[in-house]
Parts: sequence; structure tokens; C-alpha cells
Amino acid sequence: MAKEKLAYDEFMKGLWRENPVFVQVLGLCPLLAVTNSAVNGLAMGLASFFVLLGSSILVSLLKNYIPKQVRISCFIIIIATFVTVVDYSLAAAMPVIHKDLGAFIPLIVCNCLILGRMEAFASRNTLRMSVADAFGMGAGFLFALVALGAVREIFGVGELFGITLFGPNFEPWVIMILPPGGFITLGVMLLYFNWVEEKKNKIDKQLAAEDGVN
Amino acid sequence: MSEEKIEQDTGSEEPSPHRLIGTLAVAGLLSGIIIIAIYLVTFETIKENKARELRESVFRVLPDATKMQKLLLKEGKLVVSYKEEKGEEPIYAGYDDNDKFAGYAIPSDGPGFADTISVLYGYRPADRKVIGMWILASRETPGLGDKIYKDAAFVANFDDLAIDPPIVATKKGKSKPNEIDAITGATISSVAVAKIINKGNAYWVSKLPEPGNEPAYEVPAAHTASSRAVDTQAP
Repeated sequence: MAKEKLAYDEFMKGLWRENPVFVQVLGLCPLLAVTNSAVNGLAMGLASFFVLLGSSILVSLLKNYIPKQVRISCFIIIIATFVTVVDYSLAAAMPVIHKDLGAFIPLIVCNCLILGRMEAFASRNTLRMSVADAFGMGAGFLFALVALGAVREIFGVGELFGITLFGPNFEPWVIMILPPGGFITLGVMLLYFNWVEEKKNKIDKQLAAEDGVN
Repeated sequence: MSEEKIEQDTGSEEPSPHRLIGTLAVAGLLSGIIIIAIYLVTFETIKENKARELRESVFRVLPDATKMQKLLLKEGKLVVSYKEEKGEEPIYAGYDDNDKFAGYAIPSDGPGFADTISVLYGYRPADRKVIGMWILASRETPGLGDKIYKDAAFVANFDDLAIDPPIVATKKGKSKPNEIDAITGATISSVAVAKIINKGNAYWVSKLPEPGNEPAYEVPAAHTASSRAVDTQAP
């Protein structure tokens, strides 16, 4: 029971409390580059999710066999293998999306979020916890990509997942699907997350103060 | 499990260089095997996807065509080719249901606003006209430059376009048979497409046989045994 709770906690940590994008501010390069539509964000998110999960499982299983002097090289080999698998599978199964994402699929290899989780978590924890962590962080990254993609697509094209939302009189804000739109949207989202964090801290402090008085 | 414990586990003694090299070699070997396996598994599908994409593009720029075959220029003559050759510069001939020649689909590329734009366009030598245009690959700005393939009105510019004198992109509204309307906000991309087609014409038109002497449609069945044939039938 306690174990299950811990795993759930690891999952929620990645999805929300320590969200890789909104809190740790990691993996921004693919984030800003591919999120000009929600579908691209979703595909990129799923690809990263799969790579992160697969690599976490392998690294966690093999952690005792990998000498620490060559661990980073081994992590990269493992990650690169999974990325290649994703790259070819996507090219075979979904050529249109593969074309849209272009060079950013191979570039998952150098997503600092993934290598970071291997070094900071999977290589130091049990398989169970590593899977929970990968699920959480992967879901958190996916969530951020889709959220950013959705906002940019809604304002920049007037569509969501390719479905037209507004009437023909809607004039798209082209800037939203250009790079500046990515930065602006991300900035606003970071602002919100920090605001929530600050508010939470304030409430915690207040509660602590009240406890002290009583 | 605490961080310190792991540090102690692995850091207590220095592993020998052989062990380090061995670990990396095994990792590399396994990774290589997996990569080769996935390459072999997906190779056929990826090849089919590419062939299908090309076929669809050719039929898009040659509205009357339902069949196609690849042509290569050899010693100044266009010959039908079924093999993939290194560094080849193919064009494609389209034919209608009655095997009647419907036009050439010519690939051409050149610099756009962001990166190289690859264009495939349909050309009918009988009346020296471009009869269709499709962008094979581009990285033009989303929302602006990508209108060269997302804006149906712009693509329609190329449905009936004279090539003499060379195609001109204009912002004032087209008035001559060799003019296209440039997209507002994507002038550079529009002009680039016109230039790319002019480049293709400059290279190919003089090399094409006289109208009426186009290579006839060859039934692909005769060649399937001898080559990994490009499937030329309509889907």
C-alpha cells in the first residue's frame, strides 16, 4: 500500500509538482520548435514519452552492470537506440507527422530532460519507481507540449486538432504559430505556474503561523 | 534507496579499463543489432510510403493522368526506367486510362525564404503550359510562406499557365497568361516557386522530345521480374 502511494507520488511529481517544462524548464528546444499545432505537440510528446519510458526501464535494470565511469555514454546509446526505433516506426506508420516533425525526432537523443532523468533517477532507483517517474515526467512533458500546441493552434490558425473553432471572420494571429508566439505562450504559462506556487507558499505560511498561535 | 548507497556500491573499487571498454562494446553491439532490425522491419513500408507519396503528387499535378512511369535522360534521349540509379534526375510521364500521354511531371528545387523548396509541376508540351504544381518539401514559415501549398487559390495559379516568356509573380493582380498572383505576406516564397519552375523549364523543355513523340506507356508487368519496379499503377 505504502509502495503504491509512493509510486503514485512519483507520477504526480512529474506531471505537476515538478513538471519538466513548467517547473524545471527543461527540454525547451523541441517544445518551442514543434508546438505550432496540437497534433505535432501530441506526436512529439508521445515519441519522447516512449523513449523516456523505454530508456528508464533499461537503465534501471542495468544500473548495477554499468560502471559509473561510462554511464553517460551507455545512457546515450540506450536513448539513441530507442529514438531510432521511434524515428523509423513513425516514418513507416505516420509519414505525414514524421515529415512535419522533421529533424526534431532524431534530436530527442539530446533532450536534456531524458538524459537528466536517467542520471538523476533511473540509475539510482528501483525499476518500479523508475517506471513511475518516467510515466510522470513523460506525461508532464506530453501535457506541456499539447497545452502549448493547443493554445498556439487556437489563436494562430483558429483550429484545434484541425477542427475549425471560429467562424470565417476570425483573423488568425499569425505570430502565435511563429517562434515569438511560442515564447510568449510559454512565458504566460510559466507566469501562471509561478503565481500558483507563490500563492500556495503564502497559504502554507499562513497555516503554519495559525498553528503557531494555537 | 539513498544516493550515497549507490555511490558506495559502484565507487568502492576502480573497474579495469577492459571492463569499461567491454561494457561500451556490448552496448554498442546490442544497439546496432536493434537498429538494423528496426531498419529492416520498416524499410519496405517506408519505401512504399515514399512511392505512394510520389505517385499521388504526380497525379495531382497531371489532372488527366491515372498511370505514370519514370523517365531518365540518357545520351540526350528520354528512356523509361524502372531501377533506382544513384544521382539520377528523373522526370515522370503521366498517361490517361487509354495510355494517352497526359503530360510530364517535372521535379525542380531552389532556395525559398527559409530553406530549399522542392516543387513538382505538371507540364504539357503540346501547348507549352504548366498544368499543375505541388510542393514536395519546404520549411517555409508556418502561417505565411506555407501558403504556397496551403492556399488553394495560389496553387490554382498553376493550373493553366503559359511558360513563354518565363513565369512572373506579380502583386498587382495577374493579367497575362504567364503571370501568377503572389501571396500577400509571402512574396519571397511565391517568387521562389515561380523561379524554381522557370529553372526546371530552362533545363528540361529543350531536352524533351517533339510533342507527339513522347515515350509510350510500357506495361509494367513485363518488367516486374527484372527490377524492383516502381509501382506505376494508380491506387
